[in-house]
Amino acid sequence: MEYLSIVFQEVYKILFLLVPVLVSVAMIVWLDRRVWAFVQKRQGPNVVGPFGLLQSLADALKYIFKEMIIPSSSNKVIFILAPIVTMTLALIAWAVIPFSASQVLADINVGILYLFAVSSLGVYGIIMGGWASNSKYPFLGAIRSAAQMVSYEVSIGVIIINVLLCVGSLNLNDIVLAQQSMWFVIPLFPMFVIFFISALAETNRPPFDLPEAEAELVAGYQTEYSGMMYAMFWLGEYANILLMCAMGAILFLGGWLSPLEIYPFTLVPEAIWLILKILLLFFLFALVKAIVPRYRYDQLMRLGWKVFLPFSLIWVVLTASYLFYFNLLPVN
Amino acid sequence: MKISRLFKTIFMTDFVGGLFMALKEFFKPKKTINYPFEKGKISPRFRGEHALRRYPNGEERCIACKLCEAVCPAQAITIESAQREDGSRKTTRYDIDMMKCIYCGLCEESCPVDAIVQGPNFEFSTETREELYYTKDKLLDNGDRWENILDANIKADNIHR
Repeated sequence: MEYLSIVFQEVYKILFLLVPVLVSVAMIVWLDRRVWAFVQKRQGPNVVGPFGLLQSLADALKYIFKEMIIPSSSNKVIFILAPIVTMTLALIAWAVIPFSASQVLADINVGILYLFAVSSLGVYGIIMGGWASNSKYPFLGAIRSAAQMVSYEVSIGVIIINVLLCVGSLNLNDIVLAQQSMWFVIPLFPMFVIFFISALAETNRPPFDLPEAEAELVAGYQTEYSGMMYAMFWLGEYANILLMCAMGAILFLGGWLSPLEIYPFTLVPEAIWLILKILLLFFLFALVKAIVPRYRYDQLMRLGWKVFLPFSLIWVVLTASYLFYFNLLPVN
Repeated sequence: MKISRLFKTIFMTDFVGGLFMALKEFFKPKKTINYPFEKGKISPRFRGEHALRRYPNGEERCIACKLCEAVCPAQAITIESAQREDGSRKTTRYDIDMMKCIYCGLCEESCPVDAIVQGPNFEFSTETREELYYTKDKLLDNGDRWENILDANIKADNIHR
């Protein structure tokens, strides 16, 4: 009986995290479309609910009632598994995101490694979907996506090393607390910019949306998907974007810390600050989507391997030597 | 590579400028309208759904001269006529196949008595093809329904003819 109560307790906790995340994913799709439309001086979705807020729910409802078409030549098990993997991986990463010093589902000591590992695994869903579709466009899209995500993960990893050098711990709460005197976005600004751009590439957002470049690949790895399976890819994608925004907020924008430790700011709950920072980053994501044209594939690879990787590596050396020279290395 | 170009590339000045441009556009008034709820202005010359008009005394204008049938480039109009008991020539059948029609406005142009006109209505989509074979009754009904606007439109456009 005792085990059962513990299990239930944990399940409640998970639901308490998962439901808001899923709802915010739906809201973020609406925000994305709306910002995109506003920049192009359109109105965007504004009919369903107040300001069109319920648009994503209406879309989800539509997807649920649509027929799921499984191509006869596809590898059915993997075909069905792929969107599930994508969505699951996008959601389990949220377990380690700290919303305040105590509000974290799993306060593990290698939080950032876990986050990095899970976001790297995301490529499997796409590869599986593209391969199992047994069709040329999804396959090409999946290959592109895999190469792209792997390349940009490398530079994200090196950027994380930069931050970790300043923190001296892999625990996400420690990373946040290390930014009490100054957010890392100020001393490591170039790294923040590169992280942001790599995050765009990692989540297949424009200008790096080559895996689903509609002009050449129809819809990339999602081409053969329909109904709820398509919606799951779509949810997973946006959950990943949100996760990348959260990662950026924790690594560079001081996570749940309030911008100033003075009276009116300290009243606001810490979780709200994190959410605001995530929203700010997401707003940037959405703005970028509206203003940039798509990269060519060789340019994308050149940017990842020949620009970002060397630059962030040099920055690691710079940070390390600076910290070492001035004896600022964090010691635990 | 020139120094200025290098500077631009490293500091991504174009990209940052683009971001600020996007922010500026973000707060500008929107160019689109909420279509089903608000509609754009259309010109009096707008060539929408057809209508057959009547004289104010209720007599139909069409004299069955078949000029519209002859001029119609899509051959969408079919007219049959007969002499009525009072000696006037009237149509017994006036069909327009709205799916053939290309909305060129030549029928309206050719009509000597302003009987066949194209009104401002463009929202007449139907669920079946059959509903788009317009008969004389349907066209006359359209004329009765839209007469006020049709009349105003013809008057407004008259100075240009």
